[in-house]
Amino acid sequence: MTEVNLANVTKDYGSVRAVHGIDLGIGDGEFVVLVGPSGCGKSTTLRMIAGLESISGGEITIGGRLVNDLPPRERNISMVFQNYALYPHMTVRENLGFSLRIAKADAAAIRTAVRDAADILGLNELLDRKPAELSGGQRQRVAMGRAIVRHPDVFLFDEPLSNLDAKLRTQMRVEIKKLHQRVGNTIIYVTHDQVEAMTLADRIVLMRDGHIVQVGTPLDLFNAPVSTFVATFIGSPPMNLIDGTATDDDTIRLANGLVVPVPASARGLLQAEQKVQFGFRADNLMPAGHAVQEDGEMAELDLTVTLTEPLGTETLLFTDVAGTEVQAKMLNPRPVRPGETLKFHLMLDKCHVFDAISSQAIRS
Amino acid sequence: MDRNRTHRNRKRLFRLLHLLAVFLTMSVICIPGLWIVLNSFRPTVEIMAKPPVWTPSFTLEHYRAMFGGAGEGGVPVFDYFRNSLIVSVTSTVIAILIGMSGGYAFARYRFRGKSGYFVGLMLFRAVPGVALSLPLFIVFARVGIIDTHFGLILAYVAMNVPFTIWLTDGFFRQIPKELHEAAEIDGCTRWQAFWKVEFPVARSGVASAAIFAFLTSWNEFALASQLTRSVGSKTMPVGLLDFTAEFTINWGGMCALAVLMIVPALILTFIVQKHLIAGLTFGGVKG
Ligand SMILES: Nc1ncnc2c1ncn2[C@@H]1O[C@H](COP(=O)(O)OP(=O)(O)O)[C@@H](O)[C@H]1O
Ligand SMILES: [Mg+2]
Repeated sequence: MTEVNLANVTKDYGSVRAVHGIDLGIGDGEFVVLVGPSGCGKSTTLRMIAGLESISGGEITIGGRLVNDLPPRERNISMVFQNYALYPHMTVRENLGFSLRIAKADAAAIRTAVRDAADILGLNELLDRKPAELSGGQRQRVAMGRAIVRHPDVFLFDEPLSNLDAKLRTQMRVEIKKLHQRVGNTIIYVTHDQVEAMTLADRIVLMRDGHIVQVGTPLDLFNAPVSTFVATFIGSPPMNLIDGTATDDDTIRLANGLVVPVPASARGLLQAEQKVQFGFRADNLMPAGHAVQEDGEMAELDLTVTLTEPLGTETLLFTDVAGTEVQAKMLNPRPVRPGETLKFHLMLDKCHVFDAISSQAIRS
Repeated sequence: MDRNRTHRNRKRLFRLLHLLAVFLTMSVICIPGLWIVLNSFRPTVEIMAKPPVWTPSFTLEHYRAMFGGAGEGGVPVFDYFRNSLIVSVTSTVIAILIGMSGGYAFARYRFRGKSGYFVGLMLFRAVPGVALSLPLFIVFARVGIIDTHFGLILAYVAMNVPFTIWLTDGFFRQIPKELHEAAEIDGCTRWQAFWKVEFPVARSGVASAAIFAFLTSWNEFALASQLTRSVGSKTMPVGLLDFTAEFTINWGGMCALAVLMIVPALILTFIVQKHLIAGLTFGGVKG
């Protein structure tokens, strides 16, 4: 059983605090993704778990064992680095077997372990090559192979896919997920890419400026963001946000003059004249006749399309609401010319309200 | 058509200029060496002849004399060679061990006054060796290590360490820190991570630093000529002086000894050169 626990963990670089007291419990076999914009402290957190960075405050336990002062080699973890960090002077075979050689395993055991890892990752043809003779995707695979050979308690990944091209990235993403299903270890994965986070994670930990902003399943973060930061970071395209003002009869007056009822989840929580941001996803703003679900409360808007992005199964329509760019989605696309004005349906029960000053979600 | 031809002509001209430049540069570098080798095989009369003799004759007389008895212009070649070898090899090994540790520390660790130390080391290199020879002579004479291998080794280590630090610092800096981190996660101690991963990767850099240190010691004259006296400690460059008398210089003999000095250095450089070229492959690290 390998749970990983972080209790009030901080990291100071000199007088600069990079990680501000993080609390996080990770269950056995869970795939947790730390995501957030660059510089938010994801790598630092991961490296503290790995033992590559000292812990300025708080406690980290792995499998119930306090590891604060243990060197990396005594934590029984594996790590895959962004630049792969393969040993350039060793062949793929030697790279894979390195940890077992250090542990003084016998030659036969090493051979078996290397062969198993090579089978899993399809590296059999490459075993006698040096890292310099491999493509980026192959290096990535070797780095993963090196991580699984030693059967660690926890896998740590630090942006393992960001040096690959888009197509390979998608492919390797699937392989990492398969790997997790196969070996079932606890995985802590760092990325700045919300798509990777959404597709891979059992649970997402969204970070910003050294703080955890929200923890939850991908759908939790997608459907119930706690702030405008989460709303715009998770999901593509980002959530539309329009300025508005609460009235005293449970409605919100949007910047373009449209008055909409307060979404059910926020009803009764707004003060009159409270400045808010009214948020909804492109999926919930559709040209009339294109909506998937026609029941539920709806508002009607006439909007002029400024730009279209056809994606095949759907087309993104860019429009403008009182000076704010708003994206809508058209399923069953038909050609739309910029400048055309369409009638849109906004699904009100899928809308969110955020306080304009604190940016926090207002939700019961 | 016409444009094509002028383009081709210009390309040819550049190629010619390029070759000419290479030839001139190589001449400056090689001719003195060639002159030494050729003269070591020519009779003294021919070396001194004016106008020069263009068709050289071949003789081994200088070599024969050099290895001969003291009466016939012989010098203790083997002693000098042995001294040179002991002093150069020992000082190189020590300088590399110290210099590599220093270079690694500068490349990997942060500590107070780091850049100050670094600049200090480089400034030390700016002091000309000759200027040091008198103070060193006095100190060494007082301590009683004048005219010993130990004294010379000490001087050469001090001379080579700053440069070795500077060079190896550069090489270790090129190795991403993730390599030793990966090794540590794979079960190494910090010490093992260095010897099993970082050192092998930087091997070519260390080899080139060693070559520089060795050649510096092997060819050094200014300090050695002050700090050594007897056959027991004189190195080959100092031995060259044996061929100068009050009014004459035995050019042929001097050239012959110089050739004996050049040959091991050449061989060593040749062996290590393979490492230098094959070395720097950081392919495993960057995508
Ligand atoms: N060695 C270091 N010295 C000083 N500051 C650092 C160091 N490493 C990281 N930081 C700072 O800590 C913060 C978090 O960095 P990091 O964890 O690498 O972010 P990311 O989320 O992009 O991985 C950044 O502001 C960075 O500048
Ligand atoms: Mg990072």
